[in-house]
Amino acid sequence: METIKKGSWVRVYAVVLKSTERSPNLPEDTKNVPLEMWNKGFLQEDAKIGDQVTIKTLTERIVEGKLLEENPTYTHSFGKFIPEILPIGRELKEILRGGDENA
Amino acid sequence: MHKDTSYEAVMNRRGEIMKKAVGIDYESFELGGVAFDYEQMMRKTGYSLEEVQKIQRSTGVGNTPLLELKNLTALARKFAPEGKGARIFIKDEASNPSGSYKARRASTSVYHAKKNGYKGVVAATSGNYGAAVASQASMHGLETIVIQECYDSRGIGQPEIIEKARKCEAYGAEVVQLTVGPELFYTFLTTLEDTGYFNASLYTPFGIAGVETLGYEISMDFRELEGKDPDAVICTNAGGGNLTGTARGLLKAGAENTRIIGASVDLSGLHMASDKEFNRKSFTTGHTGFGMPYATWPDRTDVPRSAARPLRYMDEYYLVSQGEVFFMTEALAQIEGLERGPAGNTSLAVAFSLAQNMDKDQTIVVQETEYTGAGKHLQPQLSFARENGVEILRGNPEEEVPGKNIILPSDPKQIKARPVDLDKMKTSYIKNTVKKNNIKEFTQDEINFLQEDSKLEKVRLEAILRELNVKY
Repeated sequence: METIKKGSWVRVYAVVLKSTERSPNLPEDTKNVPLEMWNKGFLQEDAKIGDQVTIKTLTERIVEGKLLEENPTYTHSFGKFIPEILPIGRELKEILRGGDENA
Repeated sequence: MHKDTSYEAVMNRRGEIMKKAVGIDYESFELGGVAFDYEQMMRKTGYSLEEVQKIQRSTGVGNTPLLELKNLTALARKFAPEGKGARIFIKDEASNPSGSYKARRASTSVYHAKKNGYKGVVAATSGNYGAAVASQASMHGLETIVIQECYDSRGIGQPEIIEKARKCEAYGAEVVQLTVGPELFYTFLTTLEDTGYFNASLYTPFGIAGVETLGYEISMDFRELEGKDPDAVICTNAGGGNLTGTARGLLKAGAENTRIIGASVDLSGLHMASDKEFNRKSFTTGHTGFGMPYATWPDRTDVPRSAARPLRYMDEYYLVSQGEVFFMTEALAQIEGLERGPAGNTSLAVAFSLAQNMDKDQTIVVQETEYTGAGKHLQPQLSFARENGVEILRGNPEEEVPGKNIILPSDPKQIKARPVDLDKMKTSYIKNTVKKNNIKEFTQDEINFLQEDSKLEKVRLEAILRELNVKY
């Protein structure tokens, strides 16, 4: 596996609270899973994906976690096309153009 | 020596951590028992309207356009009885520096943090507030950490929240993303303790004072445009700060006859702290999951006394469905030429419905819009819902079941804001106060406080207390 160089911009993952350490007032499904965390920063030592590492965040905090990704990328988008939205605009314009307005 | 960072130890230090991170001595406003001096807190620790205006002018916040939605008004009139169909206006808050009204709320907090020598600010929010704080902090040269509840235990995140993380990072903020759960507060506290940064809480007097300019501007814009105040102002309601600040601003302008109306998306049946239900909702704010609990128990926030107390100001409260809000978001783009984010249009859906029962010469103001983009738009939000097993269809929005389906109305006349029984909410607030403090008897000071805090008639408050077997 490729080594990621110290100083690279990376994303890490850590468990903040194990399921047994969580707040008592939680729904069952949430109580059964840990509280997890993701953060980004500059890698403090050469490492491979999956290694336990330290990063320096943008506010210069040192955070520990499992190395997930180098140069983390945004992948959110406009999603898959929702055809149900398409006719709404034309329908409204048609109503506005139509008669019997009480205006 | 290292401090104990176990969940319990940190929660036990919360008072001490908060005091350092907010710099407000909340104790000094306590009046004994459940009572505290709200107005004194707002005066002593907040900023005056003039000061806030000055702070906001210097960072490009506020003075947003007030737009008349002529086509939406015409559309509402198609379904209104003869002589009905109030004119609908919208305050285009998306034109604030960070793309939402939250810039107002952040401006005073960040200014205060800078003035008091803090090096940075921390905000616990999955919403527009994070970007607002980050944007303001950039202007003042401060660091920002935003802590988000973002993912479920499969590591799947709401596209809307992921977009907001991107926006925070665009302003140079550090974004800490967590899975579902109220222990976000634990991470928040350890971060404050770690950094010594300022708690840019949504619920301090600074934040609420920042929103007052919004209500004030609406009144001033209207007097200039129409020569009078609007008949109604509709605020999307979640934690209560938007409505509280706007109402206070309207009152400061002297707009005493303007009805203050709250609006939320109905997400009843979905548990907000549930890992499995987290991604079955398609709104991450402006919904009943915040609106109800925060109104009926305001002091549940990250500060000892919340400055957001919507029951003090709300005249009416209405719910709309997710499908109705998405439909209005599309309508706003298609017939008004304004493409804006869905969550901010909750109050627009309510306005469209209420306008049909108001006289033609009356006016109704939707007091915000928000920015839109990848992730934060009806297209990706509906796409995400569909991927998570929520059915998307056209039909009668009354049949929508949160978490199961989203029904885009087949006809705009089906959009009907459903009134919430405010007396019931106020009764819950009193019940919560009694239960959480184990009260057997209230003093006169406490009665006066409860009456102001709930805006209940004295006779009604006394009747509720008799039902609860509480002496007064």
